[in-house]
Amino acid sequence: MGKRVSLLVLLLVFGCLVAAPAGEVKKYAFIFKSTGNPFGEKLMEGYKTAIEEQGGECILRAPDLPTAEAQIAIIEELIAQRVAAIGLSANDPDALQPVLRKAMRAGIRIVTADSATNAASRDVHINQADPELIGRVQVQAAYEMAKGKGDIAVLSATSQATNQNIWIEWMRKELNNPRYEELRLRKVAYGDDLRDKSTSETEALLKTFPNLKVIIAPTTVGIAAAGKVLTDKDLAGKVFLTGLGLPSEMAEYIQNGVCPWMYLWNPIDLGYLAGYAAVALSNETISGHQNESLVAGHLGEKQVVEASDGGTEIMLGAPFRFDKSNIDEWKSVY
Amino acid sequence: MSTHADTRVIPKEGLLAKFGKFREIGLLVFILVIMIFTQWKNPNFFTFENLDDLLANASILGILALGMMLVIIIRGIDLSIGASLALSGMIAALTVSNFPETPPLLALLIGTLVGLACGSVVGVVVAVLGVLPIIASLGMMYVFRGLTYIVSGRRWVSAYQMPDAFKDMATGRFLGIRHYIIIAAVFYLLFYYFTNHTRTGRRIYAVGSNPESAAISGIHAKRLTWLTYAIMGGLSGFCGVLWVAKFASAQGDTASGYEMNVIAACVLGGVSIVGGSGKVGGVLLGTLLLGTLNNALPMINMSVFWQNAIQGAIILVAILVNTLVKRNVDRSNLARRPI
Repeated sequence: MGKRVSLLVLLLVFGCLVAAPAGEVKKYAFIFKSTGNPFGEKLMEGYKTAIEEQGGECILRAPDLPTAEAQIAIIEELIAQRVAAIGLSANDPDALQPVLRKAMRAGIRIVTADSATNAASRDVHINQADPELIGRVQVQAAYEMAKGKGDIAVLSATSQATNQNIWIEWMRKELNNPRYEELRLRKVAYGDDLRDKSTSETEALLKTFPNLKVIIAPTTVGIAAAGKVLTDKDLAGKVFLTGLGLPSEMAEYIQNGVCPWMYLWNPIDLGYLAGYAAVALSNETISGHQNESLVAGHLGEKQVVEASDGGTEIMLGAPFRFDKSNIDEWKSVY
Repeated sequence: MSTHADTRVIPKEGLLAKFGKFREIGLLVFILVIMIFTQWKNPNFFTFENLDDLLANASILGILALGMMLVIIIRGIDLSIGASLALSGMIAALTVSNFPETPPLLALLIGTLVGLACGSVVGVVVAVLGVLPIIASLGMMYVFRGLTYIVSGRRWVSAYQMPDAFKDMATGRFLGIRHYIIIAAVFYLLFYYFTNHTRTGRRIYAVGSNPESAAISGIHAKRLTWLTYAIMGGLSGFCGVLWVAKFASAQGDTASGYEMNVIAACVLGGVSIVGGSGKVGGVLLGTLLLGTLNNALPMINMSVFWQNAIQGAIILVAILVNTLVKRNVDRSNLARRPI
């Protein structure tokens, strides 16, 4: 009896081993930073959709704690399972290098999204934020809200914040367009991503520039603090607010009209693009080098470009717009 | 308490020593100069709206500085208050978002109790276990910050999840004055009475200025030390709720590093960092100076780099004046003594 069972098991195992490499369905995994993160849930949802659209099998994993060690253990398991590609939001840019190199030697392609590893331990990174579009789109929003003329101001994070400064540079470039002749950028204020300082800076902007029409706050803390000030001072419809904010934090101010709309990346699309990149890499449609391109489902054609860390990345594109029509659906997400 | 000091004839008094007695006046003049300069640069400074904003924004800082004053007087320091403020605020915010019917006063009570518990733990570690205050409160800072993330599940409570009654606490007015300004004023009166006219209040000064003689006079230094940390904790819990209602947001990193502003307000207000001395009036002016700077500097249209440098320079000048005055007062006090 015992012998027969073990024989059966042996046969099954043997069958699996033979079947797996020859199997039609490739497996694609995604590892997020930790469980219970609503942003991560949406990201993985997008990844899964992309994989299944292309007939793959999707494995979604996330450690209980956001540590590199926990992710290393999961990657080891996935190497043993012989997945075709691993999508990853890394908990540490460097600590995962040995295990990821091991995976790559085993023929597994590595795509990072949301949080990148160093250039040596990935094939390509999906960048959620295209700085040029982020900068330009916010000025376009301000133009629309101010109906073409008036004073505008920027409420940023710290004066040294790299991301914000690049975006503000692109805002200035967009403002050079003669179309914005009557839109005057009066001041770039810095709230240092502190609630109290962002509040004081917003109050000072309102008192210093009485013709202020729009505040652009390309930072989640700043935009929420400004939303609160404009709400408390009953300025809805007089001074408008836009920028980059978390839907949950901004839901109140989008619904009360202080902020007609604002932007942030869409985690579903981010995961979706990562899914298409993973399949393209494993099918060798792309190899992760500069100037290659792939068609990513409904997102259309995307280019592989050089990243600032020396590796390569794919830009997700313009940030996603949150307004009254979709904020209810997103406010519980992140 | 003895009141002979008033009747004693003081033979000689240096000009600086005189100034020292009115150091509060000196600080007040300093604040007025900044205000007038700002008004000159931006005519919207002396408006009801702006002064109202200034005071409302400074109220939380001011209440916390009162507690910190007691802790510093008794030769301690509490670095954990930003974290206990965040923890109390988060627990209060989670309560009102899950039970929107919770009255705001109950939320305040819950926050205060959480803060009181935090402060009591710090107090026990310092007073009973004898750990250095800076180490004990630094350690507890990480504990409270970690707990904030644990109770919130690394999430945050946003404006739309808070009932209007809770948020109205911050925006509401009584007789045209914002609630927070009134609350802060009440605390200042209470603390003025406590530090000047109660036995416990005077004993805190006694322990701070000379622990050995205080012990010989039968004062329970440990109990008093614990008490100051507990009061500090209770105040930061209370302020946690005020903070969360004011900004309509409870985050894991709420008020991170805010303890430094509070300590700065105390030091600017003349609370000696080595313990033993500090006055409610001074702390009030220290708070007002920081509050005025926070309000005025953004209103003067200058480069952000200058803004930081000027803020630093003003604080440094205020502290230098404080130290010089104190040195001279001490010297003339010693000289006065007949041999």
